[in-house]
Amino acid sequence: MGNSKEHFKDANHHDLGGREEYLDQKVCKDDDELDHGEFGARVDALRLILGAKKIMLTDELRRGVEAIPRDEYFHLQYYERWLRSMCSILIEKGIIEPKELM
Amino acid sequence: MSALANHQPVPIYKPGDRVRISLRWPEVSDHVHIRTPAYVRGHTGTITRYFGAYPNPEKLAFGRPAEAQNLYHVAISLDDLWESSNQNASLLVEIYEHWIERLE
Repeated sequence: MGNSKEHFKDANHHDLGGREEYLDQKVCKDDDELDHGEFGARVDALRLILGAKKIMLTDELRRGVEAIPRDEYFHLQYYERWLRSMCSILIEKGIIEPKELM
Repeated sequence: MSALANHQPVPIYKPGDRVRISLRWPEVSDHVHIRTPAYVRGHTGTITRYFGAYPNPEKLAFGRPAEAQNLYHVAISLDDLWESSNQNASLLVEIYEHWIERLE
């Protein structure tokens, strides 16, 4: 039993591992692509604080990232997905309101 | 949450047991968080290690009370995962017990 395209028809779009269409593609990014800069550092710090204050678990962050619609998901960078997820989770928990993000 | 849940379940598999990763797609009908990657579902492998029990991340992901779930390393032949691999090697993947079925 291999991993045909048919096997993934019901998988979520974030679940990219093992797909033969990615065989022989570069997976290790260049250093400049991995530099998330000040924005990434601030998002990371926010996640740490939300975790330390027991407001949000890493598992919830991941669930929120995976729930980003396909088109948006592939247009966002790594920490943009984190921030999008954190906003959704905090709204869901009633800790912030959408209008506070405007 | 890194703390173990209070109840420690007895592991039902041991190293050497032949198993199958469940072929289920709960994401089709529900909003879920799953730690069993799509590409290993439905494949057969061998238990190589028991790691202990940890709060079920599928529940933690929704901030719900999470029962302890046993976690294992399962070895799956690369030839079984990818027909073109032609390598005598295995992939090791961490799988929670409720995604594992015993192969008779």
